[in-house]
Amino acid sequence: MTTTAPQTPAVFPAWFAARQHDAWERYLATPAPKRGDESWRFSNLKQLDFEGFSRNAGVSPASDLISRSTGLKKTAAKFIFSNDELVHSESSLPQGVICLPLAEALVSHGDLVAAHFMKQETRLGSAKFAAWHEASVSNGLFVHTGENAEIEGAIEVHHWISGANTVIFPHTLIITGKNSKVRVIDIFRSADDITPGLAIAFNDLSAGPNSQLDYIAIQALNEVTRIIHINETSTARDASAKGFILNIGASWARNECLSRLEGAGSRSDMLSVSVPAREQEYDQRTFQHHVSEGAYSDLLYKNSLYDNSRTIFSGLIFVDRDAHHTDAYQTCRNLLMSDTCEANSMPGLEINADQVKCSHGSTSSQIHDEEIFYLQARGIDPTSARQLIARGFSVEAVERLGDEATEEFVLGFIDDKFSHIASGGA
Amino acid sequence: MSYEPATAVLDEETHEAINIDRTKGDFTFPERHKFDAGRGLTEKTIDYICDVKKDPDWVREFRHKALKVFLEKPTPTHWATKDLENINFDEIRYYLSDGEKPKRSWDDVPADVLKTFERLGIPEQERAFLAGVEAQYDSEAAYSNMKEELTKLGVIFVNSAEGLREHEEIFRPWFGKVIPTGDNKYSALNSAVFSGGSFIYIPKGVKLKQPLQAYFRINSENFGQFERTLIIADEGAELMYMEGCTAPKFETATLHSAVVELVALKGAKIQYVTVQNWSSNVFNLVTKRGVAMEDAEVRWIDCNIGSRLTMKYPGVVMKGERARGEVISIALANTGQHQDTGAKMIHAANNTTSNVVSKSISVGEGRATYRGQVHIPKHLKGCRNNTECDALLINSHSRTDTYPAITVKGNQHATQHEASVSQVSEDMLFYMQQRGLNEGQAMSLAVNGFINDLVREFPMEYSVELKRLIDLEMEGSVG
Repeated sequence: MTTTAPQTPAVFPAWFAARQHDAWERYLATPAPKRGDESWRFSNLKQLDFEGFSRNAGVSPASDLISRSTGLKKTAAKFIFSNDELVHSESSLPQGVICLPLAEALVSHGDLVAAHFMKQETRLGSAKFAAWHEASVSNGLFVHTGENAEIEGAIEVHHWISGANTVIFPHTLIITGKNSKVRVIDIFRSADDITPGLAIAFNDLSAGPNSQLDYIAIQALNEVTRIIHINETSTARDASAKGFILNIGASWARNECLSRLEGAGSRSDMLSVSVPAREQEYDQRTFQHHVSEGAYSDLLYKNSLYDNSRTIFSGLIFVDRDAHHTDAYQTCRNLLMSDTCEANSMPGLEINADQVKCSHGSTSSQIHDEEIFYLQARGIDPTSARQLIARGFSVEAVERLGDEATEEFVLGFIDDKFSHIASGGA
Repeated sequence: MSYEPATAVLDEETHEAINIDRTKGDFTFPERHKFDAGRGLTEKTIDYICDVKKDPDWVREFRHKALKVFLEKPTPTHWATKDLENINFDEIRYYLSDGEKPKRSWDDVPADVLKTFERLGIPEQERAFLAGVEAQYDSEAAYSNMKEELTKLGVIFVNSAEGLREHEEIFRPWFGKVIPTGDNKYSALNSAVFSGGSFIYIPKGVKLKQPLQAYFRINSENFGQFERTLIIADEGAELMYMEGCTAPKFETATLHSAVVELVALKGAKIQYVTVQNWSSNVFNLVTKRGVAMEDAEVRWIDCNIGSRLTMKYPGVVMKGERARGEVISIALANTGQHQDTGAKMIHAANNTTSNVVSKSISVGEGRATYRGQVHIPKHLKGCRNNTECDALLINSHSRTDTYPAITVKGNQHATQHEASVSQVSEDMLFYMQQRGLNEGQAMSLAVNGFINDLVREFPMEYSVELKRLIDLEMEGSVG
């Protein structure tokens, strides 16, 4: 890993420079994960060797990346970053909504950023890498909706990595005000299929009272790139936060999603679809923290595993002592599509309150021959039948997004992956 | 709301009810030990134990090696509770005995020891339904007897020292093989200072109709009991083994750390039933594992009611095709108690199946934890696992945790894991009260309903006992 402290650009406020300085010290002082660490159980620690990666200016022509940054037909705003540099932006957001690249927001709305930027301790294992991110971050997206702002359509953000051994530190900071509504889609991609890259991404999502915050991450990096993606969500009274992660790319991806249900009556939906193939490895850790009473959280993670791929799911529902009347659910389902794949599940519960409804379930299974037979009897060949079932399996989680255009967009990536697998993989 | 005050009453009363039951074992007799290894654990302690027990040289060496492993291994607090740090290994007395051989007849057992076991109902149970009994008092067995016809069939039922001395050819090949010394810190401790426990061999094709029983009793303060059990069921053999345990409630903590190894050869069946009712100052750190060969079956039926901290994860390694492993467990955690229990299912052959059903009840500030591991490696096919964990929270400060880990490689297997946490619902209690039950009866009925299907898995005598226990706790608590 890098050994020299990153330089905070001089235009950024002093508090931010100080934070970055402290974070770098913390990064150096924090030991790297080692065998026996419970939060890295089953993980492949060899993937954490980030030697030789550095920040680079974008090498791919911006115009090329901009033309490839296709997304929704209609967006509320669109940002395109190449190696954390803004190369394109457009916006039709209503007045009162602040939606800026983080580098700009740090200068123009420093106090707002300071109030919400990386406030929580990273608890799910990647504290060291979160510190690295904090010390190095220079850009990303900042959204502050204000009160009663319902944003039509989504804010779409493309993060491109280009150039050999490049590391990016994208940050997404979203604060929804009272009664407001926003949807943000992050798309992580590599400029080509053969250049190794690294992304250390971090989200701060804070849903204000009675607001609705939807966050979707589409990870479609090339298969020689790795990513650590840390997500911190908090919900105020009666707020609803929805987080969705799609993993189809990268050689190795680590997702850490923590949801803090801080307000009574709030709700958090944690969703994920992963379709690993070949040697891909996805390592997902989740935490549903019920701080306040009467909150609701529901997690659904679906993995379809092909070839020699490997997944790890470790989830915990944690109910604080006074968080009575909690409803918390957690489901991880693994569909095993080859006889050499490997699924690890650790669905956990820690309950300190009563009047609680909690359940978790984890299953791992293959497609039954009868199901294939049934579809064959209707004239569908076995390969298509298997794909049809695997797609249907993923769709269950995608449908929970509740927005047709977004669902269609996400399914497009899933279908790409399936056709990729059909042509070369399984 | 009407529920809150009602639970508050139930809380206190429930505690009382549970304490009533636990006092069954809460009495003690003066110590009169001829052999006492003193406090603390050193090389000398090991030699003292070896000398008293007249261990063969290889056992002495085994113990010394184990001591080194124990001292090297860290306390596993990176995943387990910090309460483990409260065990003071230098204060514990590792070996206490009166130097008497186990008696074949209750008439020869010293009066105070006899009184102890009579109060616990052991001789009575033996007459009623057991094929053999071993009763351990501190470090050594005071009584050991088995029905005569079983001896004729070639069944061996002896304590650990005798097993290793007299039947080395049978027991040595499996001793420490299912659970190696270095498996964990506490299995290493047991390997260093083990004393007592049962070594059982059931010859080919012999099916025991009645269960064998062992009863473990701690009588001395600051004492550590380290029994070692090894059961080998030869091809086609079947047996049920039951163990019970109690200790008086001392001011200071007591340690119980057993190692239990089961070997079920081709087509054999072993059922191992535990009803753990240690007093609430006992640290109960037990390693239990069975190996099941082709078509064999190992079942752990486990009930944890007592102890301050229990850490116990019975495991089955399914080594032969079509082998079957099962863990059925009930845990009851009251204030001051942490029942950290679970199961390990290691599939190591094709078409092996395993089943884990765990139910826990947390009362007052009690904490119940389920920790599980299911492992299905890549080269196998047709393996199946089913895991169900249900937790019931009685009071508002009760706590329950579930930490399973499931690894499945390859696509010719099926696993499912489910867990739920709930409390006895207000509606349910209200409904039953509508039909004329008082709140205590209603609570008792609900709790019984929760564990009923598991209680049925226990042998008749135990299941009646268990049901009564729950009834006792809940009934009369409000009323």
